[in-house]
Amino acid sequence: MSATVDITFKLNGVERRVAVAAQMSALDMLRDQIGLTGTKYACGEGECGACTIRVDGLTVNSCLMFAVDCDGRDVVTIEGLVTSPIGEALRKSFTKNGAVQCGFCTPGLMVQASHLLEQHPHADRSEIQRGIEGNLCRCTGYKKIVDAIVDAEINAA
Amino acid sequence: MSEVNNYAAPRSLDEAADILRAGNVTILAGGTDVMPQMKAGKLTLQPTLMNIQRIAELRGIAQAGGVVRIGALTTITEILNSALVRERFNALWQACDHFASDQLRNVATIGGNICNASPAGDTLVPLLALDAKVVLAGKPNGALATRAMPLADFFVGPGRTKRAATELVSAVELPLPPAGSVSEFFKFGTRPALDIAMISIGLGAVLDGKTLRNVRVAFGAVAPTPIRAPQTEAALEGKALVDAAIEAAVTAAACDIHPISDFRASDWYRRELVHNILQRMLVHVRDR
Repeated sequence: MSATVDITFKLNGVERRVAVAAQMSALDMLRDQIGLTGTKYACGEGECGACTIRVDGLTVNSCLMFAVDCDGRDVVTIEGLVTSPIGEALRKSFTKNGAVQCGFCTPGLMVQASHLLEQHPHADRSEIQRGIEGNLCRCTGYKKIVDAIVDAEINAA
Repeated sequence: MSEVNNYAAPRSLDEAADILRAGNVTILAGGTDVMPQMKAGKLTLQPTLMNIQRIAELRGIAQAGGVVRIGALTTITEILNSALVRERFNALWQACDHFASDQLRNVATIGGNICNASPAGDTLVPLLALDAKVVLAGKPNGALATRAMPLADFFVGPGRTKRAATELVSAVELPLPPAGSVSEFFKFGTRPALDIAMISIGLGAVLDGKTLRNVRVAFGAVAPTPIRAPQTEAALEGKALVDAAIEAAVTAAACDIHPISDFRASDWYRRELVHNILQRMLVHVRDR
């Protein structure tokens, strides 16, 4: 019988207690156990960034993180991000710039962009491209995504 | 799918060594290799899953005397943010700069990169060129003991090392290079991000005028493990970096490497890359 572990962590600002299987990924916990389906499952091996979340401020691929490792940490998903000022700025700029087509990469890109803009509030286009290198988009060709992040930068300033 | 029936998150190295001594343990650090290998069926989790990320003493970069110790749990992002690494171990800094993506650099650890023992592991080639030692900790006789070995002796084959199942890598130690040292790294892939090297080259040496001394050359993805290149090193040691010496070095390099053909590159292409990029790196060192 697989071990179940009780963990306590902060999820989008709220303390959560969850019992998780020891080998479960943080992504599976978020989507299947907690029901927060904004974070997307795509490649499952850290290549695409669709599952990006923030853990203690840093962005990580939740598909590669063990759920048990969330214990004691501060986790923010797209659902928590959009209520923050930077999340709001990104939501508006992604919409305005048409940076969303199928939308599957959008939550991961917005979470990654929030981290980028906090660290480099005046990042130029090449720094933005570098910042989102771990996020794949198969629709837009990235130009509108970079436009949107530049735009969010201006609006957040 | 493997069954984990015990999860442990020790807070000290001492406690972790006890758990390892009891046996049948999978060690979890950043998880960026464990998770995909588990899903792909390449790794079977042991009955005990030990998460070592709460062990504070395994984190951080510290200088003591002429040695810099990088704790096994230090992330690639933390290494990139280290002014000491950037200034004194530039080859390692370069490798971290070309490592995967932000999301992966934030969690992947140097100890994990070493233990995963990929022939193409990004940090391994510069660590070899910087003459790194790997520190292993365990409790062979009931008391915590450590042993250090040159990283060049640590790798046995793809994914295989000399780490005993009851040991964990606690740190990597780098001798501070003397003044006038050069430290270079080059990774060749198809895109800047998230790519596994077709080949990589690390170079460490002291530049005395135009003459190279204490030369260390390492190659990645051209043999079953990351390798030091003794024949290339011998061709360069004590030589002025004139065209003939550079030609001799790239010729010797062809004897040091044993590349295979796979979906990333053919044997022939890897040989061409090593020849041309090593030549370019040596010219760059000469002309800087």
